[in-house]
Order: sequence, then structure tokens, then C-alpha cells
Amino acid sequence: MKIGAPKEIIEGEARVAMTPDSARALRKLGHECLIEAGAGREAGFSDAAYREAGVTVIRGAAALWKAADVVLKVRPPEPVEMKRLQKGQTLISFFNPGENEDGMKKAAEREATVIAMEMVPRISRAQKMDALSSMANIAGYRSVIEAAENFPRFLNGQVTAAGKVPPAKVLVVGAGVAGLAAIGTAVSLGAIVHAFDVRPEVAEQIESMGAEFVFLEFEDDQDGAETGGYAKPSSPEFLAKQLEKFRELAPEMDIVITTALIPGRPAPRLWTKDMVEAMKPGSVIVDLAAERGGNCELTKPDERIVTKNGVTIIGYTDFPSRMASQASTLYANNLRHMIADLTPGKDGRIVHDMEDDVIRSATVVHKGKITWPPPPLKVQAIASKKPAAAAPAELTAEERRAQELAAFRKATRDQVAMLVAGGALMLLIGAYAPASFMQHFIVFALAVFVGFQVIWNVSHALHTPLMAVTNAISGIIILGALLQIGSGSWLVMALAFVSVLIATINIVGGFLVTRRMLAMFRKS
Amino acid sequence: MSIGLVSAAYIAASVLFILSLGGLSNQESAKRAVWYGIVGMAIAVAATILGPDSGNYLLLLVAVAAGGYAGWHVAGRVQMTEMPQLVAALHSFVGLAAVFIGLNAQLELSAVQGMDEAAREALTGFAARLAHKDAVEIAILKVEVFLGIFIGAVTFTGSVVAFGKLAGKIDGKPSKLPGGHMLNLGALILSVILGVMFFNGAGIWTMVLVTLIAGFIGWHLIMGIGGADMPVVVSMLNSYSGWAAAAIGFTLGNDLLIVTGALVGSSGAILSYIMCKAMNRAFVSVILGGFGGPSGPQMEVEGEMIAIDADGVASALKDADSIIIVPGYGMAVAQAQQAVAEVTRRLREAGKTVRFGIHPVAGRLPGHMNVLLAEAKVPYDIVLEMDEINDDFPETDVVIVIGANDIVNPAAQEDPNSPIAGMPVLEVWKAKQVFVSKRGQGTGYSGIENPLFYKENTRMFYGDAKESMNEVLKRLD
Repeated sequence: MKIGAPKEIIEGEARVAMTPDSARALRKLGHECLIEAGAGREAGFSDAAYREAGVTVIRGAAALWKAADVVLKVRPPEPVEMKRLQKGQTLISFFNPGENEDGMKKAAEREATVIAMEMVPRISRAQKMDALSSMANIAGYRSVIEAAENFPRFLNGQVTAAGKVPPAKVLVVGAGVAGLAAIGTAVSLGAIVHAFDVRPEVAEQIESMGAEFVFLEFEDDQDGAETGGYAKPSSPEFLAKQLEKFRELAPEMDIVITTALIPGRPAPRLWTKDMVEAMKPGSVIVDLAAERGGNCELTKPDERIVTKNGVTIIGYTDFPSRMASQASTLYANNLRHMIADLTPGKDGRIVHDMEDDVIRSATVVHKGKITWPPPPLKVQAIASKKPAAAAPAELTAEERRAQELAAFRKATRDQVAMLVAGGALMLLIGAYAPASFMQHFIVFALAVFVGFQVIWNVSHALHTPLMAVTNAISGIIILGALLQIGSGSWLVMALAFVSVLIATINIVGGFLVTRRMLAMFRKS
Repeated sequence: MSIGLVSAAYIAASVLFILSLGGLSNQESAKRAVWYGIVGMAIAVAATILGPDSGNYLLLLVAVAAGGYAGWHVAGRVQMTEMPQLVAALHSFVGLAAVFIGLNAQLELSAVQGMDEAAREALTGFAARLAHKDAVEIAILKVEVFLGIFIGAVTFTGSVVAFGKLAGKIDGKPSKLPGGHMLNLGALILSVILGVMFFNGAGIWTMVLVTLIAGFIGWHLIMGIGGADMPVVVSMLNSYSGWAAAAIGFTLGNDLLIVTGALVGSSGAILSYIMCKAMNRAFVSVILGGFGGPSGPQMEVEGEMIAIDADGVASALKDADSIIIVPGYGMAVAQAQQAVAEVTRRLREAGKTVRFGIHPVAGRLPGHMNVLLAEAKVPYDIVLEMDEINDDFPETDVVIVIGANDIVNPAAQEDPNSPIAGMPVLEVWKAKQVFVSKRGQGTGYSGIENPLFYKENTRMFYGDAKESMNEVLKRLD
């Protein structure tokens, strides 16, 4: 099949859907690659580089659309591009199917196939083609860089000869892919990062990136995660609580990065006018949801504005395009993985398997029919919360308490049983043994008890010294020999003599070697 | 010194001994604790010598001087890798002394019983104490003598065999006489019969026979246990030596002996328990020797062992940030601890995190690896126990396993049919890369295949551990 990528025609779009590297990989799958002349220039890929990778460079978009069986694009096609779509042709691109009814109809009329990259489901197998994630990652990174550029201070705290500089405080709202990338970037620049998300399960991810999770106390069992790993709308009470928290944080924060989006809806208003007014002059807000109206009330899409109180609000919508080379590389790789899945035989023949979960979900128009919205996935993206609670690792507080209680009861029962048995044994011995023996026996029993208590505390690392020192003190048996050596019988005397001798070896040898060993243990 | 003063001294000594053992809870207080033990012992011995029941000072002085010199000589000369042998040898002394003292008590007793009233009144020392015992007390005394001698003799021969095995003078493989444990059982029953005869008035010959029979049991029992189970055996003998001392304490009516014997006895018992738990085996099954057979077909091991040379190991170490070294008995055999410590020092200087993971039964003595590493000047705060370090393997770049096998065997977790199934192991295979320094391709003590060696992230680094580490060291510059 001939796979071609035209130049993006929207003003300011610097990305390209095919790179020389991705073209090489596509050719290995048995495909032939075409590119419109100059398509990669703004992303830093020259026509020569494409030629070197074995790509045919074609002049003019019309010629390319005509020649290609599969067209790769970045932005949703413009009307002029839709007209070039031919029967049987496959278009792989962002398509925004939710708001592009018209586009889907036209594609269906032309009996073309359209694969919308934003429809790739969020399951493990499809991660390699998840273009939304790879673009969000870039947006998250770039949002911090833009914020830093507009922020008049250091991000990291420093103690210099000229004075102390406090670290910048960054709040990231929404910890999706973009949010997490922003957290990672801001943390590595040295800022103190707080992050908020309505989905409580991401708290762990936030903390793993080095940010602090802004904890919201809310009685209701609010789980903001919907199937597919995206957030769902919050209840009005929850939203109110959330805004209250933000209002409290606003004066402290130097940089606010909002990334809150709910699929298929306008962006939620989370950063209101009064919060912006409460912020310090010089603070920066980067609104990654600007394209959907913005999380911040004052955001103007595609613009950078400065409020009266000196707060910069950045509403750019083209963060990935601002890093065109990186974004093109990642996006082209996503496309390449998609085509690899479409070419199971690696023989240059595309098999559009509508039984495949990923391909089925992403396909919005196929063989003259609109196939959007897709049926629900056979595999859930993220297991819902309930089965996780059933897993033994995550017991609820009550279950854990019950378990601890059961263990405690068992331990108590065992201990009492042992005490009773021991007591009975003592009574039995006491009933028959003479008083002089019992006196010694008390001493013996207590000593065993003390021994057990003491030895449990001995550090594992010191078990060898422990053996050596117990060896030395078991040389105490010398006392017996000392008492007998004064005997009148020569045989007793001789045996006692030998006993004293070897017990002394034990005592002296044991203590000295213990001391030698312990002297070797040193701290770093 | 009066009896009152002697008792006071004994109380002081008991307290000091308890403090001495309690102080071993950490490395710093341990250095003080050993002095408590020494002072306690000095007080106890001095009080006994100066006390009312002692005599024959010249002979005593000679014995103490000779024994003291020998002990000093041995303690100064012993290599740290030879600690297990030394500990076993010292146990045998306690056992032998217990046997002698028990026999002595009986000899004195029969001498005293042969005397008339007047002569009894004139007696001094230990004999005088025996003279004042009534019939029941004498019966009890006989039981105590029997126990002291029996335990002492088992400890003596058992320790001698353990010493021989640890020192390599006796083959480490388990071996039994025909009849196996039935022979031991028979011997045990025979000694009990002899004990009953003794109790009912038979002469000292019964005790001499018990000594011999118990000696046989100790010898045969330990012969049947393999080299790698020696940590349990040595702890067990440690315990026995304590119980023997306690039994002698009862015989002589000496509370200090009883207290100390009980302390040592319980210490050894706890150590044995910890060791058995670390191998997930019952104490009895260790003592009766050998591994239980597999309960079903063992998992097939797939893949192949891939070798690597010193260059590869060195370059991986250079790239790694976090490294864990897992030593086993092989490190002690190859005397590689100095080379390992030097590699560690070099890597730490390069700013890498280097730690050691110690399995409770690594080596031939509880805590053996810790002592070897301490000897090589590895700081103890980077030497961690299995439970402390097991969760860190997934974040570790490189693990080096030196002369260890069963304690890093994933079959313990993955294969329910494996003989070592359920034994806690160090989860080294979860690290990004594992190097196994090993002499050859053989299996470990338990004779079980180790799937770790076949894992994708494992590379075998064949050769003598010491030379291998020195080669790596050269390439780290």
C-alpha cells in the first residue's frame, strides 16, 4: 500500500504525520511511503532526509492525495481536504468525531475509511498508539516551560551569597497524562508542586512523581473516575468544596497549570475570576483546557494575557506544535504502530479487522457507513473499584481490624493455654519434689523466661557474637569443677582439673573472640 | 568469704550476664555488653574460689593459667571464616566438662554414703553438702546427674562432629549407619533403662555406659545432617550446652549455674527456631536430617544459562545507581570478603548506593555473613536483613549474588512442588540485572535446580569468587 502524508494546512501547525524514521519502519512492513514536498520542514525534517529514508517526495497536496491509499494527517481535515478524499481511501488522523458529524457524513458518502486517533481506547495493548497521551505529555511538559518563561523568578529554591530564594509553588489541577508530565517537569525544575484530581486513585501517581496530593475532605463516596480512565463530571456539592479549596490555595500559588477535561464536554470552570485576583503579581496560569473554553474564567484561547493585578494567563492551544520535532516523532510513531496493527502479515496489505477492539473503537467511518460511537470495550480500561477492594492486599479498615482482633485473640488463647499447661506441670513437680529442689526450680524457670525475653531483641546481624558470648558464659560450668577440685579423691580431682582447664579455654576464648568480632562492626 | 557474700556475688554475676546478652540488641551497646559478661564471669569465679566450698588452689591456678593461655591463643589466631568451627569446638568443651562434673558428683556421693556419721560431720566443701541431703534429695540428685551427663555427652560428641564437618575434616554430606534413627531411638531407650537402674542404686558403671551411649547418639545424629543445616545444628548444640550447665547447677545446688545455663539454653533454642523458620522447615525434620522428597514433579526449567565476563560485570556496575550484593557460604569458602568489600568501597566512592542483603541462613553460623563483612570493614548500616531489603529489589539496577544458591531460588515461591517451597528467599530476580558469581554449573546444597540462573535478566559469572571480584575491581578504575 502507498502511505502518504500531506503538509498540514492549518495556520501555525508545524507538526507532520510522518518522519523519516517512521517511514523506515513503515517500509519494513512492506508499504511504500509518500510525502508532500516541504511537509516536514517546520518540524525539522528536510525533503532530503525523507528521500534518504526511501520516501517518494511529491509536489503538491492534490497529487499526494491522489497517489496515496492511506493518508496520514495530524489535524482534523479541512473542507478542502475532505474533497480530496477518494473512494476506498483510508484517512488516519485526529478527527474530533464528537463534533464533526458533517465530516463523517462526507467521508461516508465518499466511501472512505476514517480512523480517528483520539478514539484509540485506553487499554494497555493500545498504549503505543495512544496519540492523545503522547501529545498530552508534550503539552504538560511545555506548559511548565511556558510558565517558567513568563514567571519572573527562579523555580527552584536557592541559598546564595546574595540572599535566600524561596522555591516557586506550583499547583497542577487534573493529573491526567498532561498533568503528570507537568508535575514531573516542575518537580525536576525544583519547584514545590501540589496537585489535585477528582479521581482519588491517582493520589499515588501524583505522589510518585514527587508532588503533594491536595486532599479534599468529602463525606460522600466520590469516585471521579469513569470507565476508560478519564474523569467524569462532579456533583455540585463536590464542585463547591473543590472551589473552596482552590480559593484557599490561590494566594500561595505562583504557578497554576490546569488540565481538567471531561471527555465530550466543555472544560469545567475551576479557576474563577476572584481566584485570579487573589493571586500575587507575577504569578502565571497556564490553561491547557483552553481549546475547550478553559478551566480558568479569564482564559482567552490562543492568547497570552496579563490581568490588572499582574497575573499572566496563557491560553495557547498549540503546545505540541510548539515542539514540532518532538511531537511529530511521537505522533508518527503512534501512527506507525496503528498501521502495524492494520498490517498483521507485514506484507504491505492492510486488513481492516473490525473484530479487533482497538481498530473497531478508532474507526469512525468504514465502507460508507458511520461507525461512531463505538460499542463499549470488551476489556475495561481500569478495573472498577469494587473487585480491587475484594483483593486481599487492600482490606478495608474494618476487615483489617477484625483480622488483627482475630490474631490477637488467637495469640491470647495460645498464651493462656501455655500458661495453664505450664502451671499444671509446675504443680505436678511441686507435689512430688522436695522444697530445696523447688527453690532452684523457681530460679531456673525465671531464668529461662528472662532468657527468652532478652534474646528475641538480639539483632540478627549479631547472632555470631551472640553464640560466641553464650559460649563464653556457658563456661560458667567451671564453678562446678571449682567446687569439686578440693575433693579428697584423686579421680575426682583429676576430672575436676580437666574440667577447669577446658572451661577456662571456653571462657577466655569465647570472650576474647566476641570482643574481636564486635570491634570489627563499624558504622559508615 | 561467707555463703552470704558468695550469693551476693552470684546475683551480681547473673544480672551482668543478662545485661550482657541484652546489650547485643545493637552493634554499639554490644561493645559494652561483652565487658559486662567478662566482669560477671570474673566476679563469679573469684567468689567461688574465695568462697567456703573451694580448695586445692595450686592445682586450680595451674588449670586456669593453662586454659586461659590456650583460650587467648585460639581467640587471637582464629580466622573469621573459621568462626563456625570455633563455636562448635567450644561447645564440645562445655559438654565434656558437664560429663566430668556429673561423674564427679556421683563419685563423691558414693564416697560420702560409704562414710559413717562422724566422718560425715568432718567433711568440708561439696562433700559436706552431699552429706546433708535426705533420701528424696539424693534421688533427685541422681536424676540431675543422669540428665547432666546425658546432655553433656550428646553435646560433646555432636559438637566434635559438627566441628569436623565445618572444618572440612569430615565429609559434609549426611551419612547414617544402617538402621538410621531407629538406632538412635534404641540407644536412647537403653540409656533411660540404665538411668532407671542407676536411680535404683546401681553403681557408677551405669553412668559411664550412659556417657558412651549418649556420645554415640550425638555422633550419629550430627553425622546424619548435611553441611548447610549446620546453622541449626550449631544453635541446637549451643542450647544443649546451656541445658547441660543448668542440669549440673541443679546437681550442685548452684543457682548461678542454673541461671546461666538457662540463659544460654534459651538463647540457643531461639536461634534454632529462627534458623528453621528461615528455611521453612520443622526443627525435627532438620535434626532428623535430609530434605523431604519433592511432593510432585518439579517445574521444568526453560532457557539457558548465559555467561558473562568481568568486563561485562564492571561496565554494568559503572552504569548502575543502586546495587545489592547477596553473599552466601561460597563467599566464605573463597575468602572473598575483602575483595567484595573493596569493590563496595570503590562503588560507594563513585556515589552509588551499595547494600548487602543477608539471608538468615546464609553461611554456616547464624549471623556469619555479618561478621565476615564486618571483618572486611564493610559498615554494618549497609548490611541489611532479608525482610528489610526484599521490597527494594524491583528498584535495584544490579544484584550480585556471590556463592549463594538456595537462598535466592525463585522456585521456593513459584513451584509448589519444590522441596524448598515456601522457604523465604531473597527476591533478587526482580532486579533489573542479576550477576551470579559461582564456581561451576552445579546445584546448591539441597540439590535443586535454580531457575534464577536461567532467567533473562541473569548472567552467570563463573570462577572463584575472590579472583572474579578482583578482576572486576581492576576494571572499575
